[in-house]
Amino acid sequence: MTELLVGTKKGLFTLRGGDSSFEISARAFAGEPVEFAMRDRRSGRYFACVTSAFYGPKIFVTDDLAGEWQQAEGLALPEGEEKALIRLWTVVPGIEDDHLLAGGDPGVLFESRDGGMTWELNRPFWEQPTRPQWGPGAGGMCLHSIATWPDDPGKLAMGISAVGVWLSDDAGQTWRHGNKGLVPRYIPEDAREDTIDLCVHNMHRAPSQPERLFMQFHGGVYRSDDAGESWIDIGTDTGLPSDFGFPLVVDPGDADSAYVIPLVADLDRVTPDGRVRVCETRDAGASWTERGDGLPAEDAYLTILRQAFDRDGSGEGMGLYFGATSGDVFGSGDAGATWLTAATKLPPVHSVRVA
Amino acid sequence: MPVVKLRAPLTELTGGKRELQLDGATVRDVLQALENEHPAIAGWILDERTTIRQHINVFVNGERGREDTTLTPEDRIHVLPSISGG
Repeated sequence: MTELLVGTKKGLFTLRGGDSSFEISARAFAGEPVEFAMRDRRSGRYFACVTSAFYGPKIFVTDDLAGEWQQAEGLALPEGEEKALIRLWTVVPGIEDDHLLAGGDPGVLFESRDGGMTWELNRPFWEQPTRPQWGPGAGGMCLHSIATWPDDPGKLAMGISAVGVWLSDDAGQTWRHGNKGLVPRYIPEDAREDTIDLCVHNMHRAPSQPERLFMQFHGGVYRSDDAGESWIDIGTDTGLPSDFGFPLVVDPGDADSAYVIPLVADLDRVTPDGRVRVCETRDAGASWTERGDGLPAEDAYLTILRQAFDRDGSGEGMGLYFGATSGDVFGSGDAGATWLTAATKLPPVHSVRVA
Repeated sequence: MPVVKLRAPLTELTGGKRELQLDGATVRDVLQALENEHPAIAGWILDERTTIRQHINVFVNGERGREDTTLTPEDRIHVLPSISGG
């Protein structure tokens, strides 16, 4: 039995199912935008990032999906600042027990040391001297990707739209850029050098070879083999129908693998040719193969957002799941070889995570 | 003292209380007093800048109020979600 947490524009839906079908087993936060939801497998605790249009961004937690959700504390910017917290984009389990990290807009990192009930702002990152020059992407200044390093809580990589990649070797006490090789085609050539206006859309580390990361950029797909210090273009002339898109998944058992869902381009953020395809590489980005058997193949102009793609397991039996703003959710139990429709007619899907 | 009137879901954060008498010279003062009395509501009406959230409306005796609107002990403050969208 697979349990999917689907954050939507109108609440959190829990889908349960398996090889042939899924059904909605629960709904929470009815009417509220749920940007992201996940389950910390260490504790079994569920987390939901909810951004009420009226009452602002919160993280709610529960140990029982059938029970009450409780608001986590401490998710606010320092009083007296010009900015307020706008949205929470991700929650990621840390390496140490009870440690979690959360990313939000405006480009902020929070940490919890008690399993997610209370949070504190990461001050060194908040106080970056270049922060006044940072600019948001179309979705805001979202810190959406946090890549931990297996067995080493000191090493972190983060991706922000549109402030590039940030790296730390001391558990977030100091930060530096990791942008070498990224090419922002949306900036004039003579203005690209040393710019930090870098729109990372999604970034994941390959846990079996942690110095390797994959990135979906705002026009471009990249790989890093040096822990995010520099990046290699793997989206040009490698068989992708487009190098624009949002989400990305890696196979934790195979550091040469990654999956992306191409969209046409930044000015036309839908699946190319009216056809939904997941593209797989098993050679670290040297080539990509389309994996779409069972996905809509005609008249399908879907948009898949950055947190709306996840996986379960690894290898040929890896589960892949993604949702679209059309309200459709798709799943594969064989690493994308074949697909089924897990749900239709949900509200626009913001996020999908395997519980 | 001014009276603050709330609706759901905010009343879930005040133990079900829909009307609260709270001391303060301005709307901000009263809303901060509300947060002090019911910490669970902190961040729901005022953000961390102590600014009323964009899509919350505050009315003082039926007139649109702001954070710095001054109050008298007889004033009644309604806190409502705005009518947003089409």
